[in-house]
This record gives sequence, structure tokens and C-alpha cells, in this order.
Amino acid sequence: MAIEKHDTPMIDQLEDGPWPSFISGIKRMRDQHPDQRINAMANDLLGQLEHSYETRKGYWKGGTVSVYGYGGGIIPRFSEVGKQFPASKEFHTLRVQPPAGNMYSTEMLRQLADSWEKHGSGMVTFHGQTGNIMFIGTDTPGTQHFFDEVNDYGFDLGGAGPCVRTAMCCVGAARCEQSNCNEQSIMRHLVNNFTDDVHRPALPYKFKFKVSGCPNDCVNAIERADMAVIGTWRDDMKIDQDEVKAFVEKKGRKYVIDNVVSRCPTNCMSLNDDDTLDVDNRNCVRCMHCLNVMNKALSPGDDKGVTILIGGKRTLKIGDLMGTVVVPFMKMDTSEDYERIVEIAEETIDFFAENALEHERTGEMIERIGLVNFLEGIGIEVDPNMVSSPRQVSYVRMDDWDEEAAKWFNRQGEEAAAG
Amino acid sequence: MAQQHRTPIESGCPDGFQYMHPVMRKNYGQWKYHEHTRPGVLMHAAHSGDQVWTVKAGTQRILDVYSLRKLCEIGETFGDGYVRFTLRSNIEYMVTDEAKVQPLIDALENAGFVVGGTGNSVAMISHTQGWLHCDIPGTDASGVVKAMMDELIDEFKNHNMPNRVHLTTSCCQINCGGQGDIAINVQHTKPPKIRHDLVANVCERPSVVARCPVAAIRPALVNGKPSLEVDEKKCICCGACFPPCPPMQINDPEHTKLAIWVGGNHSNARSKPSFQKLVAAGIPNNPPRWPEATAIVKNILKAYKEDARDWERINDWIDRIGWPRFFEMTGLPFTKFHIDNWRGARERLNASTHIRF
Ligand code: SF4
Ligand code: SF4
Ligand code: SF4
Ligand code: SF4
Repeated sequence: MAIEKHDTPMIDQLEDGPWPSFISGIKRMRDQHPDQRINAMANDLLGQLEHSYETRKGYWKGGTVSVYGYGGGIIPRFSEVGKQFPASKEFHTLRVQPPAGNMYSTEMLRQLADSWEKHGSGMVTFHGQTGNIMFIGTDTPGTQHFFDEVNDYGFDLGGAGPCVRTAMCCVGAARCEQSNCNEQSIMRHLVNNFTDDVHRPALPYKFKFKVSGCPNDCVNAIERADMAVIGTWRDDMKIDQDEVKAFVEKKGRKYVIDNVVSRCPTNCMSLNDDDTLDVDNRNCVRCMHCLNVMNKALSPGDDKGVTILIGGKRTLKIGDLMGTVVVPFMKMDTSEDYERIVEIAEETIDFFAENALEHERTGEMIERIGLVNFLEGIGIEVDPNMVSSPRQVSYVRMDDWDEEAAKWFNRQGEEAAAG
Repeated sequence: MAQQHRTPIESGCPDGFQYMHPVMRKNYGQWKYHEHTRPGVLMHAAHSGDQVWTVKAGTQRILDVYSLRKLCEIGETFGDGYVRFTLRSNIEYMVTDEAKVQPLIDALENAGFVVGGTGNSVAMISHTQGWLHCDIPGTDASGVVKAMMDELIDEFKNHNMPNRVHLTTSCCQINCGGQGDIAINVQHTKPPKIRHDLVANVCERPSVVARCPVAAIRPALVNGKPSLEVDEKKCICCGACFPPCPPMQINDPEHTKLAIWVGGNHSNARSKPSFQKLVAAGIPNNPPRWPEATAIVKNILKAYKEDARDWERINDWIDRIGWPRFFEMTGLPFTKFHIDNWRGARERLNASTHIRF
């Protein structure tokens, strides 16, 4: 039975032009797919989208849909104009956690495509902004059937609502010379320790982990994650002086001075008369600029580890916040190191669960209660790397200064003794 | 008979190693350097001497199974059968034989995909759901991006920019799109219109009141029924009350506009990560191709391309030349709305005589 196609003059204009068109893709599902259920769904989806374009309004509303045993992971969508567009009146999205590093064999992608066209619309996005595979469009029974099928071959739902969300890591060690840690392993240790908190939303609001292998922060962790783990190193960067010379010869001294030496934020580089490079490593802040420009000549050092920042988030409600340094450096080599980072995450999430107001992110909670109260709550000592400068205003009560100063000297003594 | 339920396997995030290209598995953590052999292609070399070429391509992001299978088929016929997706939803094919690179590029381009997005290009716009799927959008996302990428495609396919440019769009002021060198975001300009008949039935009033960033919402009785009222003098038209309470209708075909922000940068390279700043607003939300917003983006890109030095991101460039010059070069109006009055606003005032003439 042929379907009656909706007229879509406005969105048809999005089929013009050289960039691949999502409208053409949805039309293929309407016109070419052998399953009539999918043809009708695509047709009504296009009809509703055209209606949005004409009236400049959205027509989806939320609701409650979940799979058996879980409280989250589905974005329910019910159409407000479902009478006109009945075949897509339920159009829920399943958020599925991708393999770490977003790696796929084409074989696995085909398996996912087969499952999805059996139970859903056949439309999918790799990936949403949080990092989930977004399987867009199915009805309520479809969410359960699709989940059951992909769950059997190793995929699980991500988070939605006030819970631990799907995590993300950069390609890192898998294909990047700037990597300072095992991003995939760190990310999976963290997020898979909290599967219960992913699937059963019970936190004040969302909580996100993101892991970048170096301060280039390709996954925007500082800006978007409640807990950002960023690879770094604390010994000297590695310099291959022959490669430096080759670079200078190829690009010219002026280029190296203008684009490398003078762009260093802490002025710690100097080009020598023989075209080798000096770096004042004590003042290098590991910004990555010179390593990015001269990636053959300069590399991270050997004493690698991570920096942890807490509290990054987008606008709602008090405005955008970057994360704040909470652990300036920790090694990530042994299983004890991994246990420790998971413990820091647990302390943070427990404190967040107990102290944040409803719908407050970690960054807002820290803004409200102060960093020191948060640090005391999770058992981490203060450190000058946590601030861009000390306090500016004298209006503060400091009557236990001597005890606090003694703590600092004690810690210093312990660190010196530990070597 | 009770329905039989399958118990979920709470396996969480799958191990990426099982789907990783064998040469990436073998050289995990042992990479030495990379080169941009041409736009859209990266060559990574490992300490072992192994090399891997990556071909990156832009897609429509909302993939139908035909497009997805086409991408798979290309990977099987011309690549090694292993792919990954980037943060901006580009697909990457990894191959160990350089001879495969050109046929792979040809196959992708013949199928309508766009090879590029590496190095100092304008990257794929990161975007969200919009009218296609979100419950609160003021505009579309995929359509805005399609219309804009049609115009920016040459910049995606080439390395003509001083540094990379990340664009983002968001279809409400929650801004899922995130920080960008240039961000095109919905900006509401009128307070929500309240559908009082619905509030009592669907909304938990205290949580809606709590959601407002400027405490502009109060519980009220309207026509004898519990509802809400908004102090329109205080309201900043952010739309934060709309998700928890759909009767707070913030989206409006005419008064929901677009605004453009620049200088968001998540990297630590050179300067610390930075937030984007407002440069233009009042831009009509004009489907299906949003020409006014695209024109402003192109104008900003042109000024940046002409004036920025190598390796300056947009925020680095403006830090060097100053905001007055930015407005002069782009011809965008500077208004009272550019002067911040949110918390921390004083930090954004000039408390010095550092002025360029
Ligand atoms: S964050 Fe650093 S290590 Fe990770 S992919 Fe980016 S440059 Fe490479
Ligand atoms: S990494 Fe950054 S701070 Fe360190 S030497 Fe290079 S440019 Fe300077
Ligand atoms: S930016 Fe807003 S409207 Fe757009 S997808 Fe995100 S939450 Fe929905
Ligand atoms: S639009 Fe924003 S400021 Fe206005 S009432 Fe709603 S939450 Fe408050």
C-alpha cells in the first residue's frame, strides 16, 4: 500500500547544496525502505518537521518511558500533533554507550544498523553531545526490544536525567603522540564503577566524566565535565634537537620565533644561535602549544600522570563554569592508582548527592559552598595549584592561621620524607 | 500469565579494544608524531615504525541506515574495516597502506561525503537535536548546520584558516552545543507566555520557581486555580522554566531570535580555556536556510582569516587586536547589551588605560 506523502516544500530546500542532506536520508527511508512501518514513520516525521519549519515551533513533549529494570537511558518523545502524524507520534530515542574511544568495526556498525531497522526508525547519530549513540525514533515496545537485542551483544544504555551520564574520552593513546595516560581505561574504570548511578537516576542533577590524554583537551572536559581527567607530565619535555634544527631549516628562524618561542604563555623557550631550542621546564605550564606546532621535535616527558578538575558545566543556572583543579597531579600506572581515582570519584559523587540542591551541578555547588568546604568533604588538602591567585580581599576570619600553617609544613615534611 | 521480563546486563561502556584497528592496538601509547599529508588526511607514525593514515569525512550526522551501510561498505571495500567517530560526528577511516588513501577519498566523495575537517580548517559544526527531536527547541539544529555547511564547505575541505575553527549551534539557551570559536545560539527576547489552564495539571510549581536564575517566578492563583506568574521586569527570557513546565511557552515564531558568540576555546594551548563572548544578536530565526546568521558567520571568518596570525585561535586573535578593532573589522554594532551585568561582570570591564587608537 503506497503511503500518501506529505508535502514538504520548506525542508525540501535542505536537499540543495553540496553538504550531505539529512532530509534526503530521511526520504530514502520513506521511499526506498522495504518495511512499510519505516516508510510511514519517516513520512510522518518529515511532515511534522515541515510543520515546525512553517510555524517555527517544536512539537515534541517528554514523558516517561524506560526499559525493564532501568530508570533512565531513554529520551521519551510524544508528538503534540500526533493526530496529523500518527506513524511517528511516539518517537523515543535510546541513548546507548559507545565503545571507549568511539571505536567501531564496520561489522559491528552493520549489526547495530540491522537491529535498529528491525525495531526502530533506522535513523541514528554517532554521537550526541554527551557522547551516546543516539538511536532516534521508536515506540515504547520498540525501546525494550531494541535494548534487549543490543544488550545481548554487549551494549548498554547511557544516562538520562539526574544521574551519572555516559562518559567520553579522546582517541589518545590509540592514535595520538600527545597522550599521557590510558584514556580508555581511566574512563571505563570511572564510569563502569557507577553503572547503578547511570541506570537509576537518583542524584541532584547530572554528573559527567570526561578524559583527555593531554591539555589540548580534545573532549572539552574542563568546560563540560563535572570530573575532568587530563593527562600531563611533570618531568622535562623531550626535545629532539636534530628535529628542531630540521624544523628551523624548513620553516625559517622568524617562523619559529614568531610562532613557537614568542607564543609560549610563560616565556620559557629560547632559540639558540645554533638553531637548537632551550626550554625552562620548571616554568612550562604544559599548555601544549609548542608540542602541537613541532610535534616531531617536542614530546611529553616520561613521568606521566593526570590532573583532575571538578565542576565544569554549561549555562544553566548560574552561567557557564570551567572545572577547577582539585588534584594537580597523580600517577596513573598501578592498580592502586586506578583504585584511588575511582575513590576520588566516589567521594565526589557521595558529597554531591548529599550536599547539592536539586538541579544543581557540582560546579554550582562548589560556587555556593566554597572550594574549601568541598575539599574538606572529599578529604583533599589545599594546594596553590588550585588557584590562579590567592585571596584579594581582607574580609575573612583567620584565627586558626597557625594550625593551618602547621598543616602545610607537616605535609611538606611528609612529602620530603617520602622522597 | 505474568509477562516475562529479561533482566538487563549492566555492562556499561564497552571495551574499545575489540573494535580497534589492529595497528592502533599494537602501538597503543607508542605514537611518535603525525603529519597532515593533505586536508582530510592524517598520518600517524609509531615508535615501532608502523604508520597509520586516517581519512576524515563529514556526514549529515543524522544517519539513515542506507547512509550508515554505505559508510560501512566504503570502509570494507577501500579501507581496513575499522572506523571511529569524532566529537563533531565526522567519520574517520584508519588504513595502514598509503595506497588506499586516494581510492578511499574518491569513494567517499563519489558517495557525497565531504573529506576534510583536519588541521586549520573550519570543522564540522557541533550541534544538537532541534525541531527534529528535542522537546524545548527554539529552532532546528540539523537544518541550520546543513545550510551553513553548504556555504562553508570549502573552508572544511582546506587548511586556509590561521588555526582550527570550531563552530557550534544550540537551539535553546541551555546551549547543548557548548563553547565554540563561533557559536550560533537561540536567544529569546520575550518572557514566557503562561498557559494558566495547564499549569495546575502538569507542573510542580516549587521546582519551576526554583529553576529561575533571577527569581522572577512566583506561585499565584489565576482564575481561582493554582498557577504561576512572572515578573516581566526581572525576567531575562532565558527559557529555563520551560523544560520543567511546558505551559511556560518561551518559544515564539517571531521573538525567538539567534545570537552569535565568539572566542570559546576548550584547549589549554597558549591561553587558558576561555568562554565565548556575545557579538551579535537579534538575528532572525529564518528557516529553512537561515541566511542572515550564515552571512554574519562568514563575515567573522573573513576578518579572522585576513587579520589573525598563524596559530591564533579566534580568542587569541581578539586578545591581541582588542574588541574595538573586532567590531570595527566586522562592522557589527556594539550595544549596551555587550556590557555584561551577570555575576563576575566587573572582571569584563576595562580598569586600565590600555586602549588602542
Ligand atoms: S586530548 Fe591530547 S592526547 Fe587526546 S587526542 Fe587530543 S591531542 Fe591527543
Ligand atoms: S608547552 Fe606551552 S608552556 Fe610549555 S614550553 Fe611549550 S609553549 Fe611554553
Ligand atoms: S540546545 Fe536546547 S533545544 Fe537544542 S537539543 Fe539541547 S536542550 Fe534541546
Ligand atoms: S524565562 Fe528565565 S528568567 Fe524568565 S521566568 Fe522563565 S526562568 Fe525566569
